[in-house]
Amino acid sequence: MSGDLKPRDEKNLSESIKMAAAAKMPLIVSGAGSKSGIGRPNGYAMSVTTQRMQGISLYEPTELVIGALPGTPLSEINQTLATQNQMLPFEPMDYRPIFGGRHEPTIGGIAAGNVSGPRRIMAGACRDSLIGIRLVNGRGDVVKSGGRVMKNVTGLDLVKLNCGAWGTLGVFSEVIFKVLPKPECASSLALRGLNDATAIAALTTALGSPFSVSAAAHLPKGVMSEPLTIVRIEGFAPSVAYGCGELAKLLGPYGKADLLEEEVGTDIWSDVRDARWLADPAESAIWRLSLAPSKASGIVAHIGRVLDTRHFYDWGGGLVWLAVNASEDAGSKVIRDAMRGLNGHATLLRAPPQVRSKVDIFEPLPPSLADLTRRIKFAFDPDRILNFGKMYSGI
Amino acid sequence: MFSEPDKEILARRSAIVKHLTSLVSSDGLITDRDGCRAYETDALAAYRKMPLAVVLPTSTDEVSAVLKFCHDTGVKVVPRGAGTSLAGGAIPTEDAVVLGLSRMSRVLEINYDDRFIRVEAGVTNLSITSAVSDRGFFYAPDPSSQLACTIGGNIANNSGGAHCLKYGVTTNNILGVRLVLIDGTILDLGGNSLDSGGLDLLGVVVGSEGQLGIVTEATVRILRSAEAARPVLFGFPSSDGAGNTVAEIIAAGIIPVAIEYMDKAAIEICEAFSKAGYPLDAEALLIIEVEGSKAEMDAMLDRIISIARANGVQTVRESKSAIETAAIWKGRKSAFGATGRVADYLCMDGTVPTGKLAYVLSQIGEIVKRYGLRVANVFHAGDGNMHPLILYNANDPAEQSKAEAAGNDILKLCVEVGGCLTGEHGVGIEKRDLMRCQFSEIDLSQQLRLRAAFDSKWLLNTDKVFPFDCRNQT
Repeated sequence: MSGDLKPRDEKNLSESIKMAAAAKMPLIVSGAGSKSGIGRPNGYAMSVTTQRMQGISLYEPTELVIGALPGTPLSEINQTLATQNQMLPFEPMDYRPIFGGRHEPTIGGIAAGNVSGPRRIMAGACRDSLIGIRLVNGRGDVVKSGGRVMKNVTGLDLVKLNCGAWGTLGVFSEVIFKVLPKPECASSLALRGLNDATAIAALTTALGSPFSVSAAAHLPKGVMSEPLTIVRIEGFAPSVAYGCGELAKLLGPYGKADLLEEEVGTDIWSDVRDARWLADPAESAIWRLSLAPSKASGIVAHIGRVLDTRHFYDWGGGLVWLAVNASEDAGSKVIRDAMRGLNGHATLLRAPPQVRSKVDIFEPLPPSLADLTRRIKFAFDPDRILNFGKMYSGI
Repeated sequence: MFSEPDKEILARRSAIVKHLTSLVSSDGLITDRDGCRAYETDALAAYRKMPLAVVLPTSTDEVSAVLKFCHDTGVKVVPRGAGTSLAGGAIPTEDAVVLGLSRMSRVLEINYDDRFIRVEAGVTNLSITSAVSDRGFFYAPDPSSQLACTIGGNIANNSGGAHCLKYGVTTNNILGVRLVLIDGTILDLGGNSLDSGGLDLLGVVVGSEGQLGIVTEATVRILRSAEAARPVLFGFPSSDGAGNTVAEIIAAGIIPVAIEYMDKAAIEICEAFSKAGYPLDAEALLIIEVEGSKAEMDAMLDRIISIARANGVQTVRESKSAIETAAIWKGRKSAFGATGRVADYLCMDGTVPTGKLAYVLSQIGEIVKRYGLRVANVFHAGDGNMHPLILYNANDPAEQSKAEAAGNDILKLCVEVGGCLTGEHGVGIEKRDLMRCQFSEIDLSQQLRLRAAFDSKWLLNTDKVFPFDCRNQT
């Protein structure tokens, strides 16, 4: 058997997976495939895609909740929310600039990858906004967890477990998100010419202030012609104006903080979100390091002494985007050694398949955690047919 | 409510106790009946069971040794923080060892630059904020029991509080935990960073009610406090006016820090206790808190007040001082305790879609009336998390069962309108047998298989969360 299973609805999806489970036929699980270059490659012949399962299933603006079938394009969600002046809080990134795909990301794929953007520091990640799911597990059972209300501790939270599981435990058949009102206004302040360590100290000052910073990034030389350190404040117009004024004073020791023009600000945050500066050259490998901000510039400097890198920082320094040469292990040994003992983790997001098949993509698990992860995989997908091996070999 | 105790374990009690003495220090083991009595129940005090023994470890290694021993010898374990569960989550059974975290209450690390604090699980919720407040930081989730409840218990129940409308609940504010599995394995989940490297196991451990393992340490996010905060009281002549005000505030794009609701019965009870100046002539009261600079708060309140006026608000009273603010919140946060002074009560915790609040409130009134009982409603209106307090006399067994039946009807109603059985108190034993109202057999089987990946012998908090008759079919 080979080909694509393209179920029309949840029932059809369940039948497809039951059939594959009975045949012990591994499946590549995908939405539109915009992130298909992420993870360990496999040679499976069959795939199941949720692309045809589209549509908004629930939208109650006054309850701040939206639900959709997994194949719904992200743009449709965004447009629907925009009619009521609302948004997904977590500002999901679009992987197309760095993977060069044509297909629009789907909302199911966003949830499967726990894809978040700059506003994560203030409004939480995708996993924090995802409040309900229906999914089909590896046995073909339709399972629900969570729901449409924000506070819910009824039973084990399968919602968060599946958000960021990359389709290895189940395939979403519906996802329900908490949404937020769009801020009335957004302004960004910029400092210029700072080195990495000083820039992150400035971002730390901003994030430790009471002025509700919604995004904080540093773009060093290499992605910019001169280093640019930026923070964003969102809210009602008077609050934003006040916050920017106070924050500029607070950042005084780091230089003069200029207000970016609105359009420049909007563009720059979407570039930060999509890691656009690292897209080219397309042959380079891209890493994503998640760690405590105070460790970030030291680690980057350490790695930079061995590897040829380009990088920038989001989440106030807590997220480092790093491009390296993709030859051999794409810097894997150097980067993993540097991250050891820091209580953070590194993901090799983009690399050629031959590299991805021989190095760890996600942070390697200590043996006891690997055992538990394997048991959890078995609890959802006993025949190991769903994206088997995508995150970890043998899981 | 409880399964039959395992006679074989009861018969081995002295050998079990003897071995436990070798695993923890002598003052960390309680075996006499008087000593154990303090651990018989929690805040669901209608039920109580004498445990086999109580251990109070002082380190993760001790927790691991106790769990490994219990695992190897088939002894059940009931984890316990401060014992403030309203759902019976910490009530032991006669064949179980209570493992209390009260002696693990150290702050281990404060890091303002990276905005986290690392603490042992027995630290109280409020003391986390106290540890960082001198630098203007706070830990966001603020359950009403925050003076007593521990971060370990908050993690077990994914606790919320009045201010989670803006800042989220426990799961949104935890970065990492040290978790001990029933076989003694020690795992670090998450860390100091904002997302997880593999599967989000932290996400499934939070809210798992001690079913998956015992958390001994937690790394939590701390946030910088706003410049100031100001609660405002809005008294309405009808519950509809209050309900519509909540919906219209949110529709207008305003997310206050908190929107709390009280009905007339709750207003009277809380005002008698706290003298906070709640309007006694109102049928419904909203406490809405905004924060920021003075100008920001003024601007946001202007918008909120005009919405409330359009919905017929009678009284609008802004807090004018820190003392008034404290009194307003004291009244709200003492609601359960103040109610306990006038009657025994069962506290429900269902969440409903906010659009259904007015309907559900009127139905709650009908249900309780049908059983000949009274109710006071005090809850988090912004997120639909309702806390009807069903008033009854605990010395009257007939009234007790009526109150429980009314509670069950209310929770079923919450699920019917699209909500859930429990928003922040947990399932415990109290709502265990209602789980099928919300979940199908398939849903429950999936949760049970996941549970088995952590505790295949069913030793952790055994009698809680899952109905007894669904446990053998995984």
